[in-house]
Amino acid sequence: MSTPIRFSGLEMIQITNLSKKYKGTEVFSVANLDLKIDDREIFGLLGPNGAGKTTLISMLSSLLKPTSGSFTINGLTFKENKNELKQLIGIVPQEYALYPTLTAFENLSYFGSMYGLKGAELKKIINEHLETLGLTRFSQKKINTFSGGMKRRVNLIASILHKPKVLFLDEPTVGVDVQSKNVIIDHLRQLNKAGTTIIYTSHHLNEAENFCTRVAIIDEGKILIKGIPKNLVSAQDDAHNLEDVFLAITGKALRDHA
Amino acid sequence: MHKLLASAYKEALLLSRDIGGIAILFIMPLVLVITITLIQDSTFKTISDTKIPILIVDYDKGSVSESVFEGLKFSNSFEIIENTSEEEAKEAVFKGEYQLAIVIPENLSEALQLKVNANVEGILAKFGLEADSEPAKDNDVIQKEIKLYFDPATQATFKSSVKNGIDKMISKIETQSIYKAFQEQVGEDDDKVIFETNSFIVFKEIVPSINDEDVMPNSAQHNVPAWTLFAIFFIIVPLSINMVKEKSQGTFVRLRTNPVNYATVLGGKTIVYLSVCLIQFTLMLLIGVYLFPSIGLPGLDVSGRLFLLYVVAVFAGLAAVGLGLLLGTLAKTQEQSAPFGATFVVILAALGGVWVPVFVMPKFMQLLSHLSPMNWGLNGFYDVFLRNASFREILPEISLLLLFFIITTISSILYNEKKNAV
Repeated sequence: MSTPIRFSGLEMIQITNLSKKYKGTEVFSVANLDLKIDDREIFGLLGPNGAGKTTLISMLSSLLKPTSGSFTINGLTFKENKNELKQLIGIVPQEYALYPTLTAFENLSYFGSMYGLKGAELKKIINEHLETLGLTRFSQKKINTFSGGMKRRVNLIASILHKPKVLFLDEPTVGVDVQSKNVIIDHLRQLNKAGTTIIYTSHHLNEAENFCTRVAIIDEGKILIKGIPKNLVSAQDDAHNLEDVFLAITGKALRDHA
Repeated sequence: MHKLLASAYKEALLLSRDIGGIAILFIMPLVLVITITLIQDSTFKTISDTKIPILIVDYDKGSVSESVFEGLKFSNSFEIIENTSEEEAKEAVFKGEYQLAIVIPENLSEALQLKVNANVEGILAKFGLEADSEPAKDNDVIQKEIKLYFDPATQATFKSSVKNGIDKMISKIETQSIYKAFQEQVGEDDDKVIFETNSFIVFKEIVPSINDEDVMPNSAQHNVPAWTLFAIFFIIVPLSINMVKEKSQGTFVRLRTNPVNYATVLGGKTIVYLSVCLIQFTLMLLIGVYLFPSIGLPGLDVSGRLFLLYVVAVFAGLAAVGLGLLLGTLAKTQEQSAPFGATFVVILAALGGVWVPVFVMPKFMQLLSHLSPMNWGLNGFYDVFLRNASFREILPEISLLLLFFIITTISSILYNEKKNAV
């Protein structure tokens, strides 16, 4: 069942003519992309491998410098409001960005401190998230003893301790079991309800169809189609779900990239 | 400040979880300084106490070879083994069985006497004095050579000191022969000494003093600062690996999205790794003061110098950490940072005078040595340990070390900003 649309209508992210071309390549990974994402949306960026999803998220989260174009988040730019903007966003990278020899609690304490959180307040926030994501009894265990699903959950908590207004997630459920995936998605829904705008990439189209308020299918750095998932499905001939739409739009050819 | 302390705490936790790494950081420098001091101290003892066996082939059998034998025995450094064949001696030395063979040519004593007589008679003739005997023809005396065969593996410094010793011995024999010839020519009784052949000019080594007590440098005071500095600079290897690991683990990517500047991240590392340097230094001092005397090595005397020693150690540690931060910022993989870091430290040590004193280096290398932070650190330590320097006197060295830290750290920050500009 898809999530009811409840975003505010206020603009949170405004992307204008954004492009990225990596050094030594001929093609643009993101090409002249325009997009608006409203406050409190759960926006899904879907596309085959190498479509430009991670590149787009990396630019929006200050990890990559755009070749051209611009964007604002909550009306702010990284050039002018770097620290303010960093305090406003959270990013859940595709890799487990955690210290393997530190415990879950030590990792979260450190990353929480980087957002200015400290003392009892920080401890309380960490414990709440650990509880919600079923990790309380593992809080004093080192990350290198965790399963993939547990690491994904800690990876998520490390990015949301400061209650970000905008959360970028790059394939947050890749390689995890169904149970972990459900817990992660449920937690993200709670965050969204509490006011966080979510921009997420995934290859799990069923998950995206149910989770996102809107999706955009991108390929070769361009948005091919965007809209509310159920509207996209009903608009496409012979499509029963988002996967049918995806294949109809992007084709069935393999997209292996070296 | 909170972010800086949190960063430092995280670094301390990461280090504390790597027991093997800590063992290497603290134990290996201790093993290094003990080993090197034992070797250098035993080398000194080899020269003074233990005798090096050498071969002598004496074809002369005269007064000169007798004097050479006596001189070598008197030096107390050699065990003399006589051999009758030059070929055999040469083969034994070139095979590495002996370090040195000395071949004294036939009729050396006779030829020397003839040469000296000719010179003395020539001089007396110029003063209008007649010689007692028929003047010898100077040109008839063929120059003789004492042959030295060295084991090809013998170090240049040993060869040089042996050559100098033998040269000095021959000069003394020549001088004595000249005096003797003069004495004979002026018709004095041979038993009555009219010329003193001992050196008139002698030297006395004056060493610095503290509270009217001479500060006698020993091998511990030379070795501990040099190898402590070497160990301190080796911190660049684990530090740069720590930074490269953060890149490969993805934690650095997360930090880049956090509202924390790179200087704070580096600050946390600086606090912890500088502390490691100071712990290393303290352990080295403790070893020098307490362990060395118990294993027969000269003890390290730190009395009255502790504060200044720590001042130099702090600034040397900062310079080492700065270099580690720069290497960790530039390197992309551990394969880049670890071998480069280790090799670079060895190069800096060589340039800095840890292996070979700077004054014996070629001119160009001496100039380069002034660019090595290890040279500044070593001079700082030597100033305190051996030259009884004050804080003001070590100021130039510690200022250079601080400047080096500032430059390397700022370079790291600028490089990171440029590379990750958005």
